[in-house]
Amino acid sequence: MSTSSPPQLTPEQLDAFGRELDAIRERVIADLGERDAAYIRRVITTQRALEIGGRGLLLLSILPPAWLAGTAALSLSKILDNMEIGHNVMHGQYDWMNDPDVNGHSFEWDSACPSEQWRHSHNYMHHTHTNILGKDRDIGYGVLRMSEDQRWHPYYLGNPVYAVLLALFFQWGVALHDLEVEKLNTGKARWSDKREMVEAIWRKGRRQALKDYALFPLLSGPSAPFAFTGNLTANAVRNVWAFMIIFCGHFPEGTHEFTEEETEGETRGAWYHRQLLGSANLTGGQIFHIMSGNLSHQIEHHLFPDLPAHRYAELAVEVREICERYGLPYNAGSLPRQFGSVVKKIVKLALPGGGGDDEQPAVEPTPLPRRPRAKRREAVAA
Amino acid sequence: MNGHVLACAQVFTETPTRLVRRVLGSSLAEALTTPHGVERYLEIVRPAFSLRDVRAEIVAVRRATDRSVTLTLRPNANWQGFRAGQFVRLSVEVNGVRRTRCYSPASSAHTQDLVELTAHAEPSGEVSPFLRASARPGMVVSLSPAEGDFVLPEKRPRAVLLVSGGSGITPVMSLLRTLCEEGHDGPIGFLHYARDEADVVYADELRALAARHPNVQLRYGFDLHGRFGREHVRAAGIDPAEAETYACGPTRLLDAVRTMWADHGLEERLRVEQFTAPAPAVPADAETATGSVQFARSGRAAENDGATLLEQAEAAGLTPQSGCRMGICHTCSCRKVEGAVRDIRTGEISTAPDELIQICVTTPAGDVTLDI
Repeated sequence: MSTSSPPQLTPEQLDAFGRELDAIRERVIADLGERDAAYIRRVITTQRALEIGGRGLLLLSILPPAWLAGTAALSLSKILDNMEIGHNVMHGQYDWMNDPDVNGHSFEWDSACPSEQWRHSHNYMHHTHTNILGKDRDIGYGVLRMSEDQRWHPYYLGNPVYAVLLALFFQWGVALHDLEVEKLNTGKARWSDKREMVEAIWRKGRRQALKDYALFPLLSGPSAPFAFTGNLTANAVRNVWAFMIIFCGHFPEGTHEFTEEETEGETRGAWYHRQLLGSANLTGGQIFHIMSGNLSHQIEHHLFPDLPAHRYAELAVEVREICERYGLPYNAGSLPRQFGSVVKKIVKLALPGGGGDDEQPAVEPTPLPRRPRAKRREAVAA
Repeated sequence: MNGHVLACAQVFTETPTRLVRRVLGSSLAEALTTPHGVERYLEIVRPAFSLRDVRAEIVAVRRATDRSVTLTLRPNANWQGFRAGQFVRLSVEVNGVRRTRCYSPASSAHTQDLVELTAHAEPSGEVSPFLRASARPGMVVSLSPAEGDFVLPEKRPRAVLLVSGGSGITPVMSLLRTLCEEGHDGPIGFLHYARDEADVVYADELRALAARHPNVQLRYGFDLHGRFGREHVRAAGIDPAEAETYACGPTRLLDAVRTMWADHGLEERLRVEQFTAPAPAVPADAETATGSVQFARSGRAAENDGATLLEQAEAAGLTPQSGCRMGICHTCSCRKVEGAVRDIRTGEISTAPDELIQICVTTPAGDVTLDI
């Protein structure tokens, strides 16, 4: 996290900043049409073709080339379903199409997490309270220490191990996220209140597991064990890839956190400001952007969560320009660099303290002035 | 044991299509394709296929007049047919947005595999101009099951008078074609109002039907003097007191028919079908809160007090889902059945029927009906 206070704007500047971003949003909404509908349909068709192809090949996965090709195709299918399609459709990005197939409320993704709970924990909680300590549970996901303001505990010595486990089994971590297990463990929430949620997770998870680990392998006859490992691998590939992209969204060096006090009575302009400063982008080519669900444009996504994500690349040009004019940082870097800084943070925060006062946050294009550290907030309980 | 053998035998004697549909609709197929479902995969190869929904492929397009387009549709296996005079709700994607409009099949109800629809392009419309300009064979549309009671009784009346104007020709065309196909021999009067013959979509078909069926009397309003009235009805060769009458067309024509039939105490023998365009509700001015809010599903209503629809729903005792309450998360999005609403972020007014809106950032601009 950043070691200096976020760049401040006056209330008037924040309002003007907000109005400029509002204008972009309105312009895009007025422009939505055939192009966007055709795009998401193409992605969906590609995903389904990859899934059918992958599953088909895995029926013959006793042959190593079929296993490799089938697992690769199924991995790509799951990644597309999860990220460019699922995450974006559930944000309501395509609700304007009036098509039940791409409706945010009814879409269910190929993952153990019930869509209803994802919409609650992600669309509502994470996007409203982005990077606010104590409110945004994506800071650490209840299992990791991702902020120096999370009070250290010997449990966190295992930070890197938990991170690896979370990455490998990410779809199950996400499935359990909305349960708020950390609150259940400390008694702040009751299991009896969570019964319906637990049942929903059980139903969804069971259907997914049955499909991937029982039905398709059984259908494969002699290829059964290979179909099993193929499906396991495809899920793991999707899990690790999604983990990497998502963790690069708000944790790389240079991203900012906020306290509840400083965000009280937030204006629209201030909301945009927090979304910008709390997010980080990944640079790359068009295929990379699509495979990351356009979460490589995390800044644009957090400014405009319900605009079709394929538009973020072209909006990024304007957003960068606006940031320059207001003297605001625009945190963007390559995947190795951004993820490298996340890994460093995970390891550092396994130890007590863990903040790097002597570190220069690497942000571009406007370097932050060195300012004295903001007063430390009361540490947040694990 | 015998029952079991019989069941197995049944499976093998079923037609291939029915067997395929049974397999596709089975719980195994559902478990393999969870969570999306079988149809989402089959759509890639057969867009018109569905286990439950009615879809139809456009197989022919004819632009008979400069303002209309006639579509021949082949519905999928879920189509249950229609009674002459009924209508369907057709859904089609126009510039990325799925829109639904009502159309009455104009074909005979006895034609099994094909349904004919004619759309008259309304200048201010969204769907009809699109269909006129862009409909082409191969396009797939969705249809609702047929509905409406603008229909003939099972026991056909002896004399029938069909009155229509403009786009209202479609359901009465179906009534006429159906009766003719049944070999109906009682008198049928077909009285149609249009600008001129070039503006009549079915001019050729009507001429042919009248020539082939001497009991059909075809009369155009532009050939007769004055407006609809006793003279015109007499010219169609029908005594209203002795016939069942079906009227469909613009409001003024229908009002004239209703008035004349009421004057003679013949309301019982008249059926009327009114095509109403989805008229955009006139939005109220920004300062005063007018109109009422109907909550269709829960049966509640409230006077509009200018607050957001979410707040007004909560004040009315409802508990719709909500989240950020600032228009980001879409948790509160629900269906507006009809009415004009204003987005408080942009001031923009939206009047489209059957639309998803985020109720935390919209206020009513007049009467609104929400599907909650």
